[in-house]
Amino acid sequence: MDAFSPSLFFDRSQDLNSQILWKLRIPRVLLAFLAGAGLSVCGMTFQALFRNPLADPSTLGVSSGASVGAVLFIFTGLMSTPFGIPGISLFAFMGALGSILFVYGITRVARVEMGSTMLLAGVAVSLFFSSIIMFVQHLSDYSDSFHILHWLMGGVDTSGFTDVLTVLPFVSVGGLVVLSLNRELNLIAMGDEIALSRGVNVSRTQKKLFFATSLTVGGIVSVCGPIGFVGIMVPHICRLWIGSDHRYLTAFSLLFGGAFLVLCDLFARSVIAPAEIPVGVITALLGGPFFIWLLVFRFFEGRVA
Amino acid sequence: MTEPLIEVTDLSYKIEKREILSNVSFKVERGDFLSIIGPNGAGKTTLLKCLGGILKRTKGHVSIANRPAESFSHKEMARRCAYVPQSGLTAFPFTVGEFVRMGRYPHTGPFSALSAHDIEAVRKALAMTETEEFEGRYLNTLSGGERQRVWIAAAVAQESEILLLDEPSTFLDPKHQIHIMEILKTLNSKFGVTILSVTHDVNGALVAGGRAMALRDGKVAFSGGVQELLVGSVLEDIYGVAFHVLEHPHIGKRVAAHQK
Repeated sequence: MDAFSPSLFFDRSQDLNSQILWKLRIPRVLLAFLAGAGLSVCGMTFQALFRNPLADPSTLGVSSGASVGAVLFIFTGLMSTPFGIPGISLFAFMGALGSILFVYGITRVARVEMGSTMLLAGVAVSLFFSSIIMFVQHLSDYSDSFHILHWLMGGVDTSGFTDVLTVLPFVSVGGLVVLSLNRELNLIAMGDEIALSRGVNVSRTQKKLFFATSLTVGGIVSVCGPIGFVGIMVPHICRLWIGSDHRYLTAFSLLFGGAFLVLCDLFARSVIAPAEIPVGVITALLGGPFFIWLLVFRFFEGRVA
Repeated sequence: MTEPLIEVTDLSYKIEKREILSNVSFKVERGDFLSIIGPNGAGKTTLLKCLGGILKRTKGHVSIANRPAESFSHKEMARRCAYVPQSGLTAFPFTVGEFVRMGRYPHTGPFSALSAHDIEAVRKALAMTETEEFEGRYLNTLSGGERQRVWIAAAVAQESEILLLDEPSTFLDPKHQIHIMEILKTLNSKFGVTILSVTHDVNGALVAGGRAMALRDGKVAFSGGVQELLVGSVLEDIYGVAFHVLEHPHIGKRVAAHQK
């Protein structure tokens, strides 16, 4: 008996259930896992870099930056694929990098210990980019406009492995860079002065992490759209679970973040089945109250988790 | 004649157009205990940060063990010189043990676990600051005195030969001030650590012994043995208020009390 031969998978490809499993379900679970892992590790990185428990790709305007990049790409219809990298992901990466550098620049110019200033800069960036997206949508024809709207809700619905293979390198490279810098993240989370005094090259570490997070967020947003609040919820739940030490927290956030978004998506496509809710709607519904809880907890207790 | 461990020549630091430090020059010998005093805004903390590589000096020269400071990599510098900032609340709930273990950063590479020597250095740092008992506690649950000791422990774990401290005991009650001073004196006399400590506590510096340097308006206003601070109008020139010199009845050292 040849129970594990490839024929087990491929000979039955005519079977509808098997088709659904291999073309829809498994790619979708993998895509959700990659997106959840990537967004969580980026949220964790931003929180440590800015020493702000409320930082996340969505609150810093990084996701909106990536969205603008992607929407501009759809709108201009440049269907190019330089070096095999999908142009839309490249545009989203540049949008994400632009936002993060802008928000960081604001906190440097304002010369304040990045706290509320940075979040307010993130809000301003988000609102500004939302209006650009609305403007582009307004100019687009009906089908482009619908495409943009559906994509902006943030979802991991996919068919085949193309999307998974597009996101995989972005999340892998970004995740590996963050994993390699987890001791630096510990020290930077304690303050730039402490980090410098312990021998961390803070500005070089920041540059690497800005690059890694923009790459990850850009790759995810270009395929799945902005999925909010994952990066704020997952790292906090992980900190409660295993503590703040990034030597463990980084890997744990990657794994738990992936599992978390898979679960959210499972809920999103089964709660009103056969209709589906975009997973971004679920994470925002969970994330809004979570954010408020953190805000109140932080203000009244002076600490988080 | 020993080589100076730290040699600072014409160090200046400017923010925008304001000169915080101007042409500061001094030397520190290996094993010195140097108290840096002076009125608020004199540039004491800025000087410490320039030495610790946290701020980039605008001009001047700093050499450590006869090597220009800029020739050290970040990690090499950290193995020479540890900075203890004023401790405060932290953004994330790290434990005391996690924070002190981070002090081993300049001695380890990426992905490597702590070696037996690293663990021993951490244990020693906790023991000498008497903080072992809170190893598992969260930083933000510590009292002011406990927190300051933990911040010192984290720098001691770095095993650097120079320790730069920014007002290590300013906000502490007398008992904890004495405790911190004892820890610093032990580090200095028993472990040979060279100490530069910014302080507002003139009597603390007098009792600690060693040398003192005073800054006023970003310039060196005094440099010498601590007891020389009590000669003539030295303290009055530094702080702009008159002082009485008194003999401490128990320790036999002279201390200063400001008039009024």
